[in-house]
Amino acid sequence: MGSQPRLTGFRRPNGTMGIRNHVIILPVDDLSNAAAEAVAKVVPGTLALPHAYGRLQFGEDLELTFRTLIGTGLNPNVAAVVVIGIEPKWTDRVAKGIASSGKPVATFSIEGRGDLAVIADASRVAAMFLQDASEIQRTPAEIGDLIMSIKCGESDTTSGLGSCPTTSEAVDRWVAAGGTVFFGETSELTGGEHLIADRCIDDACRNLFQSTYDKYIEVIESTGANLLGSQPTQGNIAGGLTTIEEKALGNIAKTGSVPVVGVLKPAEAPDRNKPGLYFMDSSSAAAECITLMAAAGAVIHLFPTGQGNVIGNPIEPVLKLTANKKTAANMKEHIDLDVSGLLSFEYSLKEAGDRMMEVIYRCVNGRLSAAEALGHREYTFTKLYISA
Amino acid sequence: MANNPPQFLLHHDGDSVAVAVDDLQPGTLNGASVKEGTLHTAVLNQAIPLGHKFALKDHAAGEAIIKYGIQVGLASQPIKKGDYVHTHNMRSYRWEASRA
Repeated sequence: MGSQPRLTGFRRPNGTMGIRNHVIILPVDDLSNAAAEAVAKVVPGTLALPHAYGRLQFGEDLELTFRTLIGTGLNPNVAAVVVIGIEPKWTDRVAKGIASSGKPVATFSIEGRGDLAVIADASRVAAMFLQDASEIQRTPAEIGDLIMSIKCGESDTTSGLGSCPTTSEAVDRWVAAGGTVFFGETSELTGGEHLIADRCIDDACRNLFQSTYDKYIEVIESTGANLLGSQPTQGNIAGGLTTIEEKALGNIAKTGSVPVVGVLKPAEAPDRNKPGLYFMDSSSAAAECITLMAAAGAVIHLFPTGQGNVIGNPIEPVLKLTANKKTAANMKEHIDLDVSGLLSFEYSLKEAGDRMMEVIYRCVNGRLSAAEALGHREYTFTKLYISA
Repeated sequence: MANNPPQFLLHHDGDSVAVAVDDLQPGTLNGASVKEGTLHTAVLNQAIPLGHKFALKDHAAGEAIIKYGIQVGLASQPIKKGDYVHTHNMRSYRWEASRA
């Protein structure tokens, strides 16, 4: 394990532990983005989370949007939430879901009042929330308190050789220390899905994994589309990856060697009493996947990249690592850890894992990730089908 | 090894393709397998960039291409030992429509 420094975080009223202390202005729907963004301008230091949906959705697709909105507010990296929606009913539903955690939550709806009155009132509350949050102190944290998520992007063959195995080291160490980790990217297991099924902890978990995987692939294959250029992406192909199977094995190389203890729906929070490695049904698109994982409670993300993805998330710090020496040199400002020396046998995988853990510990304790410093705040909802 | 870093890597001994870990020119190359640590040499037929693959054996059209010790695709046309391997001569065996 090496030497683990003292870790600190922000304990929330419901006992969860975050590593950031954001006050967010959360629009329920696309129509409320303008007011939410205006509040964040009036009260700098708060964070607006604009997004594209929330109107005329129905069924499981609507449930997923609610789960994503509420889960974002519940994320332990969030101290307090101002919820703004066009009308009060769905706005209140989101606010109630978040308030169940004991966090400060306030709601505003725009219909009958207009943006300007709402911006004025919401800004007063946002300023108060921000002042109150600024007094919350960091306290000692354990790895068992913290959920990590993993997802790679703009992968190339160096991902499977270096950055994903390094992530794997971190996953095994995190779980050994009592932590929880999410991985996902359902379609990107194709060709290696049997390896994940074999690692499921029992038959119930295995059957749920297999049916979740099969259902996702059925949707993709029913289109009859030629996916070359989409999955693998054009960036993957430029980096030398040729097929989905080849990409999948690199993807799976980052999931550690620990058992899969559960299968989660998109944005579904795990059982807090059952730590370990969870598979989350999700798109392999970076912003969608990380948004879902953050909404399920992940507070720190490891992102192996080959060709150089630049993704961030508004509430969950994203740490990037690469084993591609060209990317490490040419996109230095995006890379938190360069492990290209693994490919030239300059150091061992264990040593790369030690370096990864050091970067993780520093990020937990407050050091901004490259994506945070560069203002990458991609917040993207997963849409399951058309709106009504 | 420290004085002479590998020019290509295999994931496992027995893989039918290897990955260039630098931009490579045709010729005789030194490599290694990650899992077993075995040293390998191979002759590359064309220049390939970092991260791209070449064949470690002849592949007939339709033959499995092995990486990580697992099938990751198949040869969409015959591939000679030492040839560059990518979308022009390899395709998915799982997603039939995914062809260059």
